[in-house]
Amino acid sequence: MRRQRVWALVAALAVSLWVLLPIYLIAASAFSEQQAVYDWPKSLWPSPLSVDTLRFFFSVEGVWKATRNSLVVAGLTVLLSALLGTPAGYALARYAFRGQAAYRMLILMTRAFPLVILSIPLAQQFIRFGMYDTTLAVALVHTALALPFSVLISASVFLGIPKELEEAAWTLGCSPLQAFRRIVVPLALPGLAAAAVFSFVTSWNEVFAASILTLRERTLTAYLLSVLGEAPLPFRFAGGFFLVVPALIFLFLIRRYLFSMWGIASR
Amino acid sequence: MRGERWVPYVLILPSLLFLALFFVSPLIEAVLLALRSPVGQWTLANLQRMANDLFFPEALRNTLLLAAVVVPIQVVLALSMGLLLGGLPKGGRDTFLYIWTIPLGISDLAAGIAWFAIFTERGYLNSFLNAVGVLDTPALWLAYDNPLGLFLAVVFAEVWRATAIVLVILVSGLQLIPKEFGEAAEVFGATPWQRFRRVTLPLLRPSLQTALMLRTVLAFEVFAVVFTLAGRNLPVLAGEAYTWYASFRNPGLAASYGLVILGLSAAMTVVYLRVLRVRREVRL
Repeated sequence: MRRQRVWALVAALAVSLWVLLPIYLIAASAFSEQQAVYDWPKSLWPSPLSVDTLRFFFSVEGVWKATRNSLVVAGLTVLLSALLGTPAGYALARYAFRGQAAYRMLILMTRAFPLVILSIPLAQQFIRFGMYDTTLAVALVHTALALPFSVLISASVFLGIPKELEEAAWTLGCSPLQAFRRIVVPLALPGLAAAAVFSFVTSWNEVFAASILTLRERTLTAYLLSVLGEAPLPFRFAGGFFLVVPALIFLFLIRRYLFSMWGIASR
Repeated sequence: MRGERWVPYVLILPSLLFLALFFVSPLIEAVLLALRSPVGQWTLANLQRMANDLFFPEALRNTLLLAAVVVPIQVVLALSMGLLLGGLPKGGRDTFLYIWTIPLGISDLAAGIAWFAIFTERGYLNSFLNAVGVLDTPALWLAYDNPLGLFLAVVFAEVWRATAIVLVILVSGLQLIPKEFGEAAEVFGATPWQRFRRVTLPLLRPSLQTALMLRTVLAFEVFAVVFTLAGRNLPVLAGEAYTWYASFRNPGLAASYGLVILGLSAAMTVVYLRVLRVRREVRL
């Protein structure tokens, strides 16, 4: 029995190494000197450790603007998907209404819908309405992407808060809205915050729609994709690293909710 | 207040309207874009042009081939990882699961760049092969005239990036299987393999179905990983859609490619629903 455990641990460590290695490598590339990119053979540890490449990356015109656009888009996405998704999640959790199963099915179906087929006509519509190449347009499409998760995750969060607490507040004189604000919201806040982070990361990472929908107001992903061919290697590596870091930090912050969230979102 | 029957409908209304506007309407519009000329006449010209395009057969073939290779590997891998998790001590299990789901938070663009750093001529793979004495001079894995190398590079990158998607679904499903079933089988003398095949696998069917459907649909959309590793040297459907829209300014043709992706996704979903049909008794 002990032997099996040891082998299991070794295998698990090997898998973990496989997962972490590419992330480490891109970080190592980002923290090397620019010339180190052309070294051969490459060493595993950057020597010397340098912020030269990162500094070069941020000095390129367009990078800060793209980063700012990505932040604005992701922020809007968080806001919109929370506003639209949280009430719907509450409805799914607390009420049994006709059409509930159909609504749930619709939400699940949109999860598996190819974004490719949506972005193109939406881009045309945005052109028609004069909204093309705006952060709002990208945020709307990203909200469509993040909304199903927002609904499902908030439904699960509200399900985890006993109805009795609200009902007790009612018997003590609270209106339903007051009970919601003072009892449910504080309890739901960590879970809802995790859902918000999920929406943020989804928007920050998205590439196809952002590339289709923007021209001058590019997000970071759209910008990096558009310069992929011509950009020097250090630039690409720094860009890739910078793309990864915020997502990883945020996900680490909500790690306790991560597994239940991924599980719910994928059911 | 809870008795008010209209409350839930009011609560879901905003999201419904939004989804109608941003899913249903674009879907119809996409069909219209593909089947109409720029002046509004119904025509098959877009579809014909796409079918006759130099890159269409390649794009279709590459997309299908990639999905056919990557998805089964990922299912087997994720299943193994999920079962492996079961054999670990409790505390370790959470940590390992967290590490193994990290790729879920990584953009496919970033994943492509990371693997590009590995496969590029002066990259980490060649450096490693040199260090262990296999190579003297760097090998060109990502050369434009090395389609096999490009394909394999994308396979590696995709397997790394997206196995976690399958893993999460399968682990959720594994957690739902009561331990008593496996223990009972053990009492009756079943080997671990028999326990896996006769107890675990059938009970995992719903999760397998979900995982396969989701992962396959996503696989047909593969885009940024291919672009970073191969540019347009490895045509794929989504990449062609992007190029026709962004570079060649032809929404009709781009929408046609989108419809092909949609058609493939719908077809595979139906196949999975049929082949992996879950009998009612098996649902937990």
